[in-house]
Amino acid sequence: MALISTDNLTVEQRLKAVSLELHRGELLGLIGANGAGKSTLLHAIAGLLPAAGDITIEGRAADSIPPHERARVVGIQPQAVSSAWSLTVHDIVALGRMPWGDEDETAIERAIERAGIVAFRDRNIDHLSGGERARVWLARVLAGEPEALLVDEPIASLDIHYQLAVMEVLKSYSREQHGVIVAIHDLSLAARFCDRLCLLDKGEMVAIGTPSEVLTEALLSTAYGVPVDIDLERNPPVVLPR
Amino acid sequence: MTRLIERYLTPLLLSALLLVASLSLGFGSTPVAVLEGLGGWLQGEPSEAALIIGEIRLPRTLLALIVGAALGLSGAALQGLLRNPLAEPGLVGASQGAALGAATVFYFGVFASLGTLATAVAGLIGAGAALLFMLLLAGSGRPALVIMAGLAISTVAGAALAVVLNFAPNPYAMQELVFWLMGSVSNRGLDSLIVLLPAFIIGSALILSQRRLLAALSLGELVAESMGQSVKKGSRIIVLGTACLVGSAVSVAGAIGFVGLLVPHMLRPFVGHRPERLLIPAALLGAILVCLADIAVRGMPLGRELKLGVLTSLIGAPFFVWLVWRERKRWL
Repeated sequence: MALISTDNLTVEQRLKAVSLELHRGELLGLIGANGAGKSTLLHAIAGLLPAAGDITIEGRAADSIPPHERARVVGIQPQAVSSAWSLTVHDIVALGRMPWGDEDETAIERAIERAGIVAFRDRNIDHLSGGERARVWLARVLAGEPEALLVDEPIASLDIHYQLAVMEVLKSYSREQHGVIVAIHDLSLAARFCDRLCLLDKGEMVAIGTPSEVLTEALLSTAYGVPVDIDLERNPPVVLPR
Repeated sequence: MTRLIERYLTPLLLSALLLVASLSLGFGSTPVAVLEGLGGWLQGEPSEAALIIGEIRLPRTLLALIVGAALGLSGAALQGLLRNPLAEPGLVGASQGAALGAATVFYFGVFASLGTLATAVAGLIGAGAALLFMLLLAGSGRPALVIMAGLAISTVAGAALAVVLNFAPNPYAMQELVFWLMGSVSNRGLDSLIVLLPAFIIGSALILSQRRLLAALSLGELVAESMGQSVKKGSRIIVLGTACLVGSAVSVAGAIGFVGLLVPHMLRPFVGHRPERLLIPAALLGAILVCLADIAVRGMPLGRELKLGVLTSLIGAPFFVWLVWRERKRWL
């Protein structure tokens, strides 16, 4: 049984009849141009947007699951997050336990370690760099230990070292019988880390499958409007605009 | 040092509150033995001390404490809800709305069947309506928009208040209303507590029931919603609670500005900046500050009386200027 499946998921003017499945142990990459509907799809799956069509979470209709219970299964890290107050890193990560109504220190510490932010767990968020903050937001959602983890462009503001580190975290999280969907712009990293890819274009899902099935010259140049060079045989694989 | 205060913050504030309250009971133009007077008043003795403590100083002290607690708590709640350190009952239009509601009752006798409750109920409706319109106008918790929307609603409520004054049937109405708006806790009997106390308890309970939402809102509405919080419903409960607190406080004591702005800022470093931990300390410190300000007002030379609301504004307004200055430095 799929961890999450969507059937004809539609959000007015933004998403057209998307049907996909996310399985346990899988890292699914969501790719597509700006405005293709990646964030909309993630928000709809997390129940943050009213959407037509069906979402099924572990065989149950998502609408029938109470919000806090759904939040325990599906955790989302939205793209633009900021903290209104000068909270400590630890306190922010602890907020991730809210769906459970506890402050489980082992889960919090585990998330802090996973995200590689142990060194500044007691610092205030406004004293951190953009890249450090991005990892704090990731730790926040990891602390809830959701079955399905949805992350919206987690590596956009990171240097290459931490881009790899964050993708490794997502990959290893998926390998613990969780499902992970990551919206990502870097196609080379998508090819390198994701088990399957889903390509969105103007709100429609135009392809879903293994990286070699989705990352083709024809599909990408139509979706992005630029010709691309693709070399999936290389290690690591490379996908670049020409 | 900060850590130490953080741990003992509530007990510290509680003892300070008791100290200030007893100071307030003992302070005045006539020296009176506080405990004797209090005991005498409780037993119904007709002594001078009993009269002064029971009829004058006790109501005044209790009012100052409750009004201050209401303002401090509603300031902390509004700042948490709007994720905006500049939010304050007076700056988001709630105080003006409450004043408009209460003034309408004064001069046109609406809700006459409610008797003494009329001003409080009208103040509450006014504060609630103003907050609701402000939120509708702002459309989100974005800081700049909230302040602009608050300014717009305050201006509208101010204009409507001017209309009420303009057509007030009583020629002395204007002066009376202006003095009332300046804010004071003097010459109010214990019966105003009948209105203030229940509204305070209900309003505080509503706000405190949403502590988890306030914590979650630190990271924005989207994250709060995704963690299973009902942002819409919870926000309405907080707005309703704030309206209860501000509406009843303004209808009893007039406009006492800047307490709700100042108090959360003073406390934030001592609660790890956590909005949900700020609430109870903010109520306590609000009570302490308003009571202290009232003692200061009473200590001024007789003759021209400085109104309590004027004093808090004199202290609070420069602080507001400083806050804007600090915000400016963050952006330049």
